[in-house]
Amino acid sequence: MSKVISIKWVSILLSISIFVYADVWNNPHDSQKVKTDTLFSSFSLPPKKLDPVISYSMNEWAIIGQIYEPPLQYNYLKRPYTLEPLTLTTLPTIRYLDKDNNEVEEDSDNVMYSEYILEIRKDVKYQNHPSFVKNNTGELLYGALDKESLEEIETPYDLSKTATRNLYAEDYAYAIKRMAVRQNHSPVLDSMLEHIVGLEKFSRMITQIAKEKNQNHQLLDLRPYTIEGVTVVDSHTLQIKMKGKYPQFLYWLSMNFFAPIPWEADMFYQQDALIAKNITLNWFPVGTGAYYLAENNPNKQMRLLRNPNYHTEYYPTLSKEEQAASHVPKDLLKDAGLKLPFIQEVIYSLEKESIPLWNKFLQGYYDASGISSEAFDQAVQISTSGNMGLSQEMEEKGIVLKGSVQPSIFYLAFNMVDPVVGGYSLAAKKLRQAISIAQNQEEYISIFMNERGIAAQGIIPPGIFGYEEGEEGTNKVIYDWVKGKRVRKPLNVAKRLLAEAGYPNGISEKTGKPLKLYYDTTATGPDDRALMDWQRKQFDKLGIQLVIRATDYNRFQDKVRKGKAQLFSWGWNADYPDPENFFFLLYGGNASVDTNGAGINSSNYKNTKFDTLFTQMKTMKNTPKRMQLIKEMTEILREDAPWIWGIHPKSLALSHQWYQNVLPNDMANNTLKYKRINASLRVKKQQEWNQPVIFPFVLLVLFSILMGFLLLRAYHNRQKMVIYKEKQ
Amino acid sequence: MLSYIIRRILYAVPILIGVNLITFLLFFMVNSPDDMARAQLGAKQVSPELIHSWKEARGYDKPLFINYESAGIQKATDTLFVQESLKLFSFDFGFSDANRDIGSDIKERMVPSLAIALPTFLIALITNISLALLLVLFRGSVLDTSMMILAVMIMSISGLFYIIAGQVLFSKIWHWVPISGYESGWDGIRFIILPVLIGVFAGIGAGVRWYRSIFLEQINQDYVRTARAKGLSELKVLFGHVLRNGMLPILTGVVVIIPSLFMGSLIMESFFGIPGLGSYTIDAIHAQDFAIVKAMVFLGSVLYIVGLILTDISYTLFDPRVKLS
Repeated sequence: MSKVISIKWVSILLSISIFVYADVWNNPHDSQKVKTDTLFSSFSLPPKKLDPVISYSMNEWAIIGQIYEPPLQYNYLKRPYTLEPLTLTTLPTIRYLDKDNNEVEEDSDNVMYSEYILEIRKDVKYQNHPSFVKNNTGELLYGALDKESLEEIETPYDLSKTATRNLYAEDYAYAIKRMAVRQNHSPVLDSMLEHIVGLEKFSRMITQIAKEKNQNHQLLDLRPYTIEGVTVVDSHTLQIKMKGKYPQFLYWLSMNFFAPIPWEADMFYQQDALIAKNITLNWFPVGTGAYYLAENNPNKQMRLLRNPNYHTEYYPTLSKEEQAASHVPKDLLKDAGLKLPFIQEVIYSLEKESIPLWNKFLQGYYDASGISSEAFDQAVQISTSGNMGLSQEMEEKGIVLKGSVQPSIFYLAFNMVDPVVGGYSLAAKKLRQAISIAQNQEEYISIFMNERGIAAQGIIPPGIFGYEEGEEGTNKVIYDWVKGKRVRKPLNVAKRLLAEAGYPNGISEKTGKPLKLYYDTTATGPDDRALMDWQRKQFDKLGIQLVIRATDYNRFQDKVRKGKAQLFSWGWNADYPDPENFFFLLYGGNASVDTNGAGINSSNYKNTKFDTLFTQMKTMKNTPKRMQLIKEMTEILREDAPWIWGIHPKSLALSHQWYQNVLPNDMANNTLKYKRINASLRVKKQQEWNQPVIFPFVLLVLFSILMGFLLLRAYHNRQKMVIYKEKQ
Repeated sequence: MLSYIIRRILYAVPILIGVNLITFLLFFMVNSPDDMARAQLGAKQVSPELIHSWKEARGYDKPLFINYESAGIQKATDTLFVQESLKLFSFDFGFSDANRDIGSDIKERMVPSLAIALPTFLIALITNISLALLLVLFRGSVLDTSMMILAVMIMSISGLFYIIAGQVLFSKIWHWVPISGYESGWDGIRFIILPVLIGVFAGIGAGVRWYRSIFLEQINQDYVRTARAKGLSELKVLFGHVLRNGMLPILTGVVVIIPSLFMGSLIMESFFGIPGLGSYTIDAIHAQDFAIVKAMVFLGSVLYIVGLILTDISYTLFDPRVKLS
């Protein structure tokens, strides 16, 4: 009997202890951390590469952007996107040189090289890290670790000692050398080989050395090796020599590929014993940024902590003119001039499914959230005039909606080497133009994107130099400008163009058969059926039969690279806010079929005039002359119509009222340091929204007792019945 | 018995080679090493040189089964299949294509998978057997009939529905437990309650029906009548005799899945944010990470074979008539 009672009491106490564990029962986070300046965020896809020379995807940049500091950054508030020094004292000084290395004017025809001089700040220090710890003889304390000494170690921070040191120019040079090692698989190496003087030669040499060192199980210290075009002038001055003019290099200097790498960290992480424990530079970055990665468990949680050694940096200030030009709301300027960062800790938790993520956001357990298609109707309402606003439920919770048009384009490409849709004859152009008119992008955005996008008028998205609003920016091949609005040309215009192209009502004049086009797509799931039906309908309007060729992504890429796809959809997200980064997608020299699949011009478009203008435009500064060239290039593209100018997507994000200083910035990755959390308001709202409902629990207990009693009675009755029957 | 176990282990070797061969064939039929390199390196800015160096670093530049450039035995051994397979048999899973030690990852992810799978398995087993015995006790009654209808209903609804409905009801509406998440140690109990309850509930329909049918077969046997004649209570008859004699078919179905509990559950872990092994293989297939795929398929096969051997051994424990030879 006493045993039964004790079990009962243990169960009751266990239940109570679980339920009184936190102020609210369903809080998934540490209840103490919720009360501090900690940001709670999530990731659905674990970042795979946190090594700055390799990483090339948005989910990885969201993490390493806070840790590594390239020389430059984008101003958080200014629009259009403006570069400013991050670890430099000023923007790089650029000198232009002729073939004999004599300085010449920027616009001189003799420019053979451009030299970027980077003056590095002297107050920048790395985060604390064991790789910087040295012994009495000046050698790395943790430079020769073995398996036994690492038995209890799961992260580099489990090692007992850490240290820091200043940032030097050599660290930036070291990063470029690491990029040149082929075995590191830097995705930008091949681009940089074309630009940095001596990098190609260096890459060949260092790759061979790396191979030999690896075969002999030796560590590779890159310090003794030098690149011709990369010179460490003194401890805080770096000089990078580029071939010709390459103004876009400044943008590259704001990307992770040019973030500094301390040689100590590189040597530390090359040790086999650490690699066997998954402790590598790829997983535990070492940077000078506002945060460092204190925990990296990509299967569960990643945790950033404020870097105690972070250099002085202030929240940006804007003049009244800049504020007006950038459309910055006043509340985003109340922290102007205050020291960064504000948030002390960031916890990213793995959330693979959108439904739990959304529900946790509504409960206040995530500070911000995107809007999945399942949650769109609950979160957003679209007015009859097409304006987007928050639903009443969201407004009652004080949730804030922020959106921006992304510097991206999704398009439907014609393969220009295809005998039917490709080519540059008038008939071929008219065929493509007719299809472009019939393809109703506005309808697509409304049906499939919940109005989250705008119809593209050309290749350049809003926010990038060269984009134009209004009538000036309207694609007159596809649209008419009527009463101050863009109106898609009527279908009969498309039909007329189609007839002029030799396909009246979609029937080929040559063969007498209906025109049949082939669309390659990876949209193979059941959810994509509606989209494919819509796509067929767009062609059917002209009497053209569209054959959907669904394929997996590997085959799709292969066909596109080899120029075997006739029509296909693809997209591009800007690396940097420069028109060159979009126009190069259609530059003839990058045609995929001519470059064995390596070129980025997958529709294989080639137009001599366009190519000449591109070559001129790409090295120019953003001047009216450059604008004029861009206009000409855009008109050529609109006329040739190698793409159906699809859409520029809009990103929408929700944040709770306690998450402040939130401003979409599609170029900068290091924006966490500007954000602020009002923790007391968060706790208050979480308590308010998550009070446990007790009565179902009481009902459940009562129901269980009743059922138990009834079953016991039934059992006794049955026992008696059995005995009675047996007696009879 | 030892010789039997050794023989079974030796039989496993050709099976594992065959499984490995099929994995290689299927994977490389769909993905070429170039595709794998592109998937790992990203679609932007991937040059042929970059692809080549990536393949070289991971040995994917070698031919799959026959190396015509080598001589003698190396024609067969200096190939991707042999190089990768030999390591597997020593349980050296190597590194994933994203350069992570697969063995360490499996060890790390096994624990959260077990934290959900083991309690779900044990509670479900006890609950299902107890309920089945209860229904056998009240066989033919209204309770039996209505419970059987309920069991069929429970079986007919998708597991995903229970997960979403459970999260909405217990966490979103009643605010009892967190919707998802995971913590190790005692702090993690609050995260485990809901997935375990849902796991048990979702399997109750099929489990109860199956165990009930096993026990009903036993209930009319002579030894049951003898037990009753001895004056034993119905509960003692059921738990002491019917359950014991029904153990053999139960073991056949149950013991074989014990080793695979390590492999976790894909949907459950995804929805509850459990950092287990459930999605490890699927994620690897999506990422075209062959190193993980082959390691997980191999491990799954080994665990299944272990499960079958354990089932055979367990027969001898519950039925003295069974002898392994």
